[in-house]
Amino acid sequence: MRLDHEIIYKIIEPKARVLDLGCGNGDLLDKLVQGKNIKAQGIELNEDAIYKCVEKGLSVFHSDIESGLIGFPNKSNDYVILNQSLQETRNITLVIQEALRVGHKVIIGFPNFAQLASRSMVFFQGKVPITKSLPYRWYNTPNLHFLSLTDFIDFCNNNKFTILEKHFLGKNKEINFLPNLFAHNGVFVISANNNKVQ
Amino acid sequence: MNKEKGLGVVETKYFTFAKGKDKLLLESSQSLGPITLAYETYGSLNDQKSNAILVGHALSGDAHAAGFKDGDKKPGWWDSMIGPGKAFDTDKYFVICSNVIGGCKGSTGPSSINPETNEPYALNFPIITISDMVRAQKCLIDSLGIKKLLCVSGGSMGGMQALAWVALFPEAVGSSIPIATTWKHSPQQIAFDEVGRQAVMADPSWKNGNYYGGGLPQRGLAVARMIGHITYMSDESMEEKFSRKLKESNYTFTFKTDFEVEGYLRYRGDSFVKRFDANSYLYITKAMDYFDLSAGKLITQGQKIDTRFLVIAFQSDWLYPPYQSREIIHFLKMCHVDATYCEIQSSYGHDAFLLEVPEQTHLIKHFLKTTFESIS
Repeated sequence: MRLDHEIIYKIIEPKARVLDLGCGNGDLLDKLVQGKNIKAQGIELNEDAIYKCVEKGLSVFHSDIESGLIGFPNKSNDYVILNQSLQETRNITLVIQEALRVGHKVIIGFPNFAQLASRSMVFFQGKVPITKSLPYRWYNTPNLHFLSLTDFIDFCNNNKFTILEKHFLGKNKEINFLPNLFAHNGVFVISANNNKVQ
Repeated sequence: MNKEKGLGVVETKYFTFAKGKDKLLLESSQSLGPITLAYETYGSLNDQKSNAILVGHALSGDAHAAGFKDGDKKPGWWDSMIGPGKAFDTDKYFVICSNVIGGCKGSTGPSSINPETNEPYALNFPIITISDMVRAQKCLIDSLGIKKLLCVSGGSMGGMQALAWVALFPEAVGSSIPIATTWKHSPQQIAFDEVGRQAVMADPSWKNGNYYGGGLPQRGLAVARMIGHITYMSDESMEEKFSRKLKESNYTFTFKTDFEVEGYLRYRGDSFVKRFDANSYLYITKAMDYFDLSAGKLITQGQKIDTRFLVIAFQSDWLYPPYQSREIIHFLKMCHVDATYCEIQSSYGHDAFLLEVPEQTHLIKHFLKTTFESIS
């Protein structure tokens, strides 16, 4: 299992109601349905990915993330997942606020732009970084926003989102030493209320 | 059954009910009886009677959805989707299609004989609605001993029936697949229908609907059908199919059919009048115009339903644009109903539900499999 999927899989309790925004081929939701018997709903923009989801027996809406959130009742999901899709949405604050409206907790995973390899590519080569977690070139990247783990933590503090859990992903395992320098990806669990865990 | 040949020769059956005093009460408060429904079935019903799928047809369709009728060169209207190994796989499922009431293809409609007068009903036929069509279908399904349908599906008006089934008999519908449809007819859709009806009624041969046994209002009905066909295509598909191609090499500088698109529409109009009753056209378009299951009429507030949905729309469909399907989806979300939505990229316009076979097949096949597994 992909490391980010493994971490998210562990976070979610059995039988939870889960909405995956930008669910792709539905691999993560499928694992959660098979292993944790969750009630799954995906939202995905890519038509071919929709077919893959339906093949897996998943329920999915063909839509972009922003308009896909419209219509969901408040707190109708236990978890809303934004894994590797947040950086591709235009209005990040609005999407996260909407995700927090329809879900009790929001799981956000994104590539860390300040990882060492990226930093050295900018510093030594003077080029926009191309790494494992940021594999695109400047002209074909779907990413509209580039952020670091520290940026995201600041963002949550400024918007008064509560960070319930944070996971820093190295190449093959979670790491805790200087994460903003060494982690390729971050996975955060946030909520809108103040039931702080950490 | 041979997979290469599909279903082979099929036969239309007839079911008569609402006899004597036991008439069917219609939405208009009028009643109708006796009622005959023409229907066809494909595949076989399993012992639990849990594999039945009802397919609804569109405005000009009929019970002959798949296979060949003896002597016919063309198969039924959704043969590409119904048959062994197809989207509605007749090796697994029992597929039923019936002609709607108000129709002219074997079911009771304005061209049928009114037993009280021994004359065709003509405009004495009561106004019917999509719900009435569905209530009549329910009588047929009951007579087949089926308590719960695995699925109700259809495109365009067939999709309205797939929605109306859920509104009327949610406990009898395992899943619903409305395709290229709406939950309420928009003013634009009503407007196109009204132009079609006015074309029929403006034909001097229409005679207030009493044309049976005399000259038929063929010009009016042909014009109505021509307008219909424009709305079923898209700008892009018309460009692709006809462009400005001429029938002869030069302009004739007359009002003859210069352009291929004119010839196509005239051909479509003329062939339609041979197979369709003008009064049925009026009644069925009116039924669609009355159709409105928006908001609390599809699922009432607080109602819990187990029906799963697969809603399909086509990007170039401007007669039933995808936003109308998205409205249904938004409502289903609000009601916590299990639903899937796909907007298929297609240039065919509204006709896409008859033509985009591989995409729909993929979605429907897997959706049905998941539904069937969840109930058995």
